Amino acid sequence: MSVSTKNLPPQFEVVDQPLDTQMTISMGPQHPSTHGVLRLELVLDGEMVVKCTPDIGYLHTGMEKLFEYKKYQQGIVITDRMDYLNPLGNNLVYVMAVEKLLGIEIPERAQVIRVMFCELQRIASHLVWLGTHALDIGAMTVFFYCFREREKILNLIEAASGGRMTPSYFRIGGLMMDLPAGFERRARQFTRDFPKAVDEFHTLLSGNTIFQSRTQGVGKITAEDAIDWGLTGPCLRGSGVGIDLRRVNPYSGYETYDFEVPVEEGGDVWARYMVRMREMRESLKITEQALSRLAPGPVKADAPKVVLPEREAMKTHMDALIHHFLIVAEGFNVPAGEVYHPIEASKGELGCYVKSDGGPKPSRVHFRGPSFVNLSALPHMVEGEMIADVVAVIGSIDIVLGEIDR
Amino acid sequence: MDVEREKQIERASKATVPVYPVPPVELVTAMRGEHAEWVSEVVEAFGELTLVVPREQILAFCTFLKTAPGFEFDLLADIAGADRGQEEEPRFEVNYHLFSTKRFHRVRLKVLLNEEDTRLQTVTGVWRTANWHERETFDLFGVIFEGHPDLRRILLPDDWQGHALRKDFPLRGYEPYSLT
Repeated sequence: MSVSTKNLPPQFEVVDQPLDTQMTISMGPQHPSTHGVLRLELVLDGEMVVKCTPDIGYLHTGMEKLFEYKKYQQGIVITDRMDYLNPLGNNLVYVMAVEKLLGIEIPERAQVIRVMFCELQRIASHLVWLGTHALDIGAMTVFFYCFREREKILNLIEAASGGRMTPSYFRIGGLMMDLPAGFERRARQFTRDFPKAVDEFHTLLSGNTIFQSRTQGVGKITAEDAIDWGLTGPCLRGSGVGIDLRRVNPYSGYETYDFEVPVEEGGDVWARYMVRMREMRESLKITEQALSRLAPGPVKADAPKVVLPEREAMKTHMDALIHHFLIVAEGFNVPAGEVYHPIEASKGELGCYVKSDGGPKPSRVHFRGPSFVNLSALPHMVEGEMIADVVAVIGSIDIVLGEIDR
Repeated sequence: MDVEREKQIERASKATVPVYPVPPVELVTAMRGEHAEWVSEVVEAFGELTLVVPREQILAFCTFLKTAPGFEFDLLADIAGADRGQEEEPRFEVNYHLFSTKRFHRVRLKVLLNEEDTRLQTVTGVWRTANWHERETFDLFGVIFEGHPDLRRILLPDDWQGHALRKDFPLRGYEPYSLT
């Protein structure tokens, strides 16, 4: 982020420019299609982008610093605020990294519920992407359809956790609490209705010639370049590389679910669009499988020094009361060491690096945000394109500034 | 009772925290045999492999790892700096997390840096994605990557004083920051 009051940068000085030379314009940070507070410094030659320099940091809140001052279990609520469209994915990567340090095994039911919610959240995240991406390009109707469907998922998340955007539902050692009564029925209702909604999106957009000509062949990136720039998730799979961490580095039992990894060869905005559209159906498939696997059982690990005891046990058992007091007042010690754990979030590889010095607070927590890395490849994709296509390419990367700036 | 106990044992034997594959030990040993100067220490913990690399060797070692048969770490997933505390010597560490899109394994490279001399060679020539990761590490820890094409602050304002993620930097800063 470049804010300086002492000496203004040269691009803000008024310079006489003859009409046939290049022009520098500042797109954002309040531009509606930059999805937050992203600023792009564009050098234009006519309508063509010659140079693009992203300027980030307007939303920096020092989350990684804050982690070092909070106990491990308090860090979960900070992760909600990072990628606010995919909070359960953030919860998962953080609690899994800490569980890896602690060596805790999670009960089967908790694993299944985690997978189910992660996939529902992935659909919700893709719906926001679809609505805003179409809105940027000029198709307004899709936005309302997407948010109508997303509302149903947020209602499910709210029913289980009490929060819509900030659930904090996954805890170190399991879940906050078990699913409420009647949840399965509501979830099944959603999985029955949703395929029709995806068909609707396809009717609205995929056959639309305006949408096609705005996206096909725009913002191309080859497979080699995509790997070199560190792209992951739908952006990488849109370039013809079928890497999905749920497949190649499985976690939470993803290796036992039956799903496909959508891959498109084009490498353009259209390919990334198609990958995400197909991914929504795959996520729905995983959700259905997880729903059918839900068997009664505990949702918290058997680790009394880490997991908060049941309310009832605290009133009847002395040791439960002591453990509760110690966890809340002093936290729990985590073995010294460092781990990096990656998961496939809705936007790509979300990694969490946790370093412990043996105490109740982490020594360092670092997040590898997929949006952060994918955005760094934006200049490569837009240089040489028209300025109107910049909007389409930003939409296709699916960035969330809360995660980029952290 | 015995059935319950057996179930417990069976569960414990299967109890695995999720781990991802790491390069085979023989390959690492063979590599160390050929180039002893590249890796000063190998640490295996929590199912992860960490190679401690001397400061001068990081560029040569990364160039090797990107294409060497058996390793093929063609994707740089992350660079995470860390401050071990003012009293520690060496004080800073830079962790490179590499991933292979062909073999799907991962490794962590660790470079230790003294407080007096936080210079390090850039790896932007090996993976272009290192650009922003290195800018972030420079911004928050003050690690200087020599040869970086555009080493500016990325998250904090250009006129910010100090490096915010160092342990001696106070949580709320030295004074309230104003944009005006």
